[in-house]
This record gives sequence, C-alpha cells and structure tokens, in this order.
Amino acid sequence: MPEPQIEYEEKTLFGLMAEFEEHEELLNATRRAYADGYRCMDAYSPFPIDGLAEALGHEYSAVPLITLVGGIIGGLGGYFMEWIAMARLYPINVGGRPHNSWPNFIPITFELTVLIASLSAFAAVFVLNRLPQPHHPVFNVPEFLRASSDRFFLCIEAVDPKFDREKTREFLAGLKACKVTEVEE
Amino acid sequence: METIQGSEPRMPAPDKPFPVTVLAYPAEMIGAKETYEKVSDQITGIPIRQPNAKFWFVGFTIAFALFLLFCVAVGYLLYRGVGIWGINIPVAWGFAITNFVWWIGIGHAGTFISAILLLLHQKWRTTINRFTEAMTLFAVICAGMFPLLHLGRPWVFFWLLPYPDTMTLWPQFRSPLVWDVFAVSTYFTVSLLFWYLGVMPDLATVRDKAKTKWKKIIYGMASMGWRGSAVHWKHHQTAYLLLGGLATPLVLSVHSVVSFDFSVAQLPGWHSTIFPPYFVAGAIYSGFAMVLNLLIPIRRIYGLQNLITIRTLNNMACVTLATCWMVTYGYIMEAFMAWYSGDPFEKHMMWDRAFGAYGWIFWSLMLLNVVIPQLLWSRRVRTHDMALFFVALSVNIGMWVERFVIIVQSLHNDFVPSSWKMYYPTKWDWFTLFGSIGLFLTLQFLFIRYVPMISISESSELIAQRKEGQL
Repeated sequence: MPEPQIEYEEKTLFGLMAEFEEHEELLNATRRAYADGYRCMDAYSPFPIDGLAEALGHEYSAVPLITLVGGIIGGLGGYFMEWIAMARLYPINVGGRPHNSWPNFIPITFELTVLIASLSAFAAVFVLNRLPQPHHPVFNVPEFLRASSDRFFLCIEAVDPKFDREKTREFLAGLKACKVTEVEE
Repeated sequence: METIQGSEPRMPAPDKPFPVTVLAYPAEMIGAKETYEKVSDQITGIPIRQPNAKFWFVGFTIAFALFLLFCVAVGYLLYRGVGIWGINIPVAWGFAITNFVWWIGIGHAGTFISAILLLLHQKWRTTINRFTEAMTLFAVICAGMFPLLHLGRPWVFFWLLPYPDTMTLWPQFRSPLVWDVFAVSTYFTVSLLFWYLGVMPDLATVRDKAKTKWKKIIYGMASMGWRGSAVHWKHHQTAYLLLGGLATPLVLSVHSVVSFDFSVAQLPGWHSTIFPPYFVAGAIYSGFAMVLNLLIPIRRIYGLQNLITIRTLNNMACVTLATCWMVTYGYIMEAFMAWYSGDPFEKHMMWDRAFGAYGWIFWSLMLLNVVIPQLLWSRRVRTHDMALFFVALSVNIGMWVERFVIIVQSLHNDFVPSSWKMYYPTKWDWFTLFGSIGLFLTLQFLFIRYVPMISISESSELIAQRKEGQL
C-alpha cells in the first residue's frame, strides 16, 4: 500500500525552496538552475536584483508597450474631447481665435497623455503580476516571512518536467543554499 | 568635488560626528553598520511597535485641533459664502489662491526627489523619497481644496469637469483655470499611483514582521499579497521607472500651468513670460524647505540619523540654495523687465511693490527668501540640523509671502486709480490658512505612525550596492 501514499504527497508538493543569505548567491543559483534545465521556478527577494528575472528566462516586460498605448489613447482622446467640445458641440468665439485653436488645447492633451499612460502602467503591474493574490503556496514556508526583509529564496516548482524530489533537493543543496525546504500546496 | 555616486574615498574626521570625503563633505548615504535585517527591523518597528507614543499623541492632538479649526472655517464659509474673507474688487484672489499656490509648490519637492532624482541616479534620495512623496500627496490635498472653496458655490465644482450635461455646456478648454483642473487632478492621481507602487513591497515587509492578527490582515490586504517574486519585481521596476519618467515632465507642467493662471492675464506684475520657470523653481525651493522642516525633527525623535544621513541633509540644503538663486534671478528679472519695458503701469507696479503700502511685506520677503538662505553657503550650517531647520522655516514663510505679494500687491494697484483698494485678511482667512496646515500635519502624523516612512526595499538595495562595492 505505499504507492497511493506517495501519490498523495506528490500532489500536495508545490516545489522545493532553497534559502540564501546573499543576493549574489541567489543570482548564481538561479543561473545554474536555468542552465541545468529547470524552467518552472521563481526567485524571491526583498529588493529588485538586476538580471534575476532574465536569469529565470523572463527577458521581456509588456509594461512599456501597455504604457505607450495608454499614452497614445490618452493624448488622442484628450485632444478629441477638446476639439469636439470647442469646435463642434459648443463653439464659442474667444478673441477671434479659430474654434479648433490647437495651441490652447496642448496643456490638457499633455495632462491626459500622462494620466492615461500612468494609469495603464499601474494597472499593467497588477494585471501582469496577477495581484492582488491573497494566498500563494510559498507563504506556507515559515522561513518565507524573511523574504521581504533579509533572505533570498529560489523555488523550483513540482510542475517542472525535470523536477524530481530527491535529485532537485540534492541539486539545490549543492548551490550554497543555507536551507532547502519543501513547499506544500 | 563631491561625486554624484558617492564613490569617493571616505575618512573619519576627528572634529565631526560623521565620516567625510577628502574635501570634508559628508560622505555617508547610509550608516556604515547597517544590514538588511537591522534596516527592515528599524523601519517596520515604527508602524509595528509605535514608539514615541507621547510625542505622537501631543503632536497629533495639536494638528487635529488645527484641522477642526479648518472644518469650522470651511463650514462657516459654506454657510455664509466667500464674503467672510477679506477679498474685494479689485483684490478678488486673496489668501485662498495664495494658499493654493503655496501648497501645490510644496508638493513639487516630493515628485522632484522621487522622480527626477530617480532618473538622475541620485542615490541619496533613497531614504527620503517615500516620506517626501507622502508629503506631496498631503500638500496637493490641501492645495486642491482652495480653488474649490474659492468658487463661491463649491457644491457645483463638477461643472469644471467635461461631462455631457443636460444644459449642453462644456468647460472652456482655452482657459488656464480649466487647465489647472486637469493639471492638479492628474498630478494628484499620478503621485498617488507612484507612491502606492513604491510602498507596496514595504507594506509586505510590515505584514511579515507584524505580531498581531489584525496588523497582519490589514497590512496583508494593503500589500496586495506581494511576495517579492523576481518576475513581479521586473514589471514593478519597469513601471516605477516609467512613472518616474512620466512624473518628471508632469511636475514641471503643473506649476507652469498654475503660473499661466497669472501670466495669461494682462495685469502688471502677472503678465510676464518668466512666470513658468520662476514658479517651478519657487515650488521646488519651498518644497525642499518643507521636507527639511518635517524631516529634521522626525529624524531626531525617531532616531533615524543612521538612515537619513548628514549627507542627505547637506545635499538637500545645496538644492535649496541653488533654487534660491533661481528664484532670486526671477525677482531681479521682474524688476528689470518692469523698468526695461518702459510701460508706465509695469513701472508703477514695481515701485509700489517695493515702496507702496505693501512695501514692508516685499522687504521681509527679500529677507526671508534671499538674505537668510545665503547662510547655506556655510558647510557648518548645511551639516547642522537645527540651523538648517531654521533656514528652511524662513524659506517656507518667505515663499508664502512671495505668493501673497504676487497675488495681492499686483491686484490692489491695477490700471485705474479709482479702483485701487487695500486687502486686509479677516480672522477667517487666517483660520483657513492655519487650518490647512492642521490638515496637512494630521495626515503627516497618521502617515508616520501607520506606514513605513522610509523605503525598506530601496535602503536594502543601497546596502547590497555597498556590498558589491558600487557605493
């Protein structure tokens, strides 16, 4: 009867988590893990580490593109709003200026460009990061409380095709990790 | 020369309590013995353990009492109308617009520190940017109220917004006053997004360090479940930098638009092309002074000298001195152009400004804003926190007086002598001014008690950079 029991445990295992004391150790470990063929993994740190996302294979962020599109929509929409109000819906002659007096429309066009671009950048962070997310398996590790202050973590997830409980544990232990923990689902 | 990155050699100075560079400038951006753990414990310790309870309660009580005064002043204003103020014709813009311009200027330092200095890689801003961004938000809240209260019928303020109403009316988009609505509301929104994006990881640190259940829940919700994943950081940092890039032209545009309220008018003393840069420089000037006035006591009371170092104070004092000279240049040019234009109304305005009924206010402005800040040439003043505090206080009062002179003095003596009239503030004017300071301080006190006031993640980054030898 041992087999179903193992299956049950495999199911609840989210991954293996290695803990590091320095950010460079985490960066090196992540590079080694990626070179070793692991793909489904994530690194956690209390502050942004240059090159860590790239080491995990995430070279590209869609945030700039979303911001650009937001800015263009804001700018064109802002100008259109002013034009339709001042030249079509409610035309008033102010000092003989043309109804479409574009130099006067620039400040609001600019402000709305910045406003919509900023809102898009902000929304992009939440949508791309899938936040707010109240719970995540990594929070089950008691040591993970330190991930927001002074410890660095690398979690190789069980869904990775190369994941093997024992081999991955040995691999992580060989990366100067000060501790390797199992993360439960 | 003091280098930007702080990579210069450091040596102990026997006569000074802080390490200095070869040329005896303060060297440290963050205390030498700091570790990740110490920094995060120290900063989160304030919202978690809430030290200095006595100071906080006394300070908060005073601030809240002033805020209640503001509520009374505004309540009476809504009941009686703007006639309770000292405004008249020709001086239709009295304290309310002076306060508006002053407060919004104060906000500018926060965005300058958090956005422009971010893009310029000024790392000394790291430990003060969160605090100054919060100051920006609170100052803009105070600022935004004044034009609305000044409307006469504040309850129909939404007529300023473009929406398809049943009267088929639209705001006049060619008017600088409508530009103001867009500039200030955009500024507030972008500052809020920028601030929240930055504070989110730090709220997660408080969540993880919190001991009680309710704090864990509340900070957990406020941090949106942030877990510091590298991919999350990448998106976060990209967005943070982009918001910094967007906030940089924004902050310059906001006070420019505010200055258009004046310079587009034909009034002597207002109708001047120097106004946009002059207002922006003045905004950063008064904002830095306000940052110094708030940070110096808090730094002492909460024992943050290891994070907000003498070097940071010294650099802020240098920016204050530089903007002081930009503003002084504005004063000189105003006088010069009044003479050089040959326009009798301009000439009269300048003469009246210096030697007329409000002359004593003009000269006290010169003393507060131009003469006293020259003390900042002295390194001893720049590195002595209390001396710096009093210079900053002088600048803060001086900048308020400057707005008053520009608005009231220009208005009271316009083209036709038969319409000249003096402006005298009433007690309600003063109540509104001091009440708005109460509102500002109330929000500030709540902020320092409940939100980590120094960026933990960015301070840790500084420590990491020092470990790598980049600092």
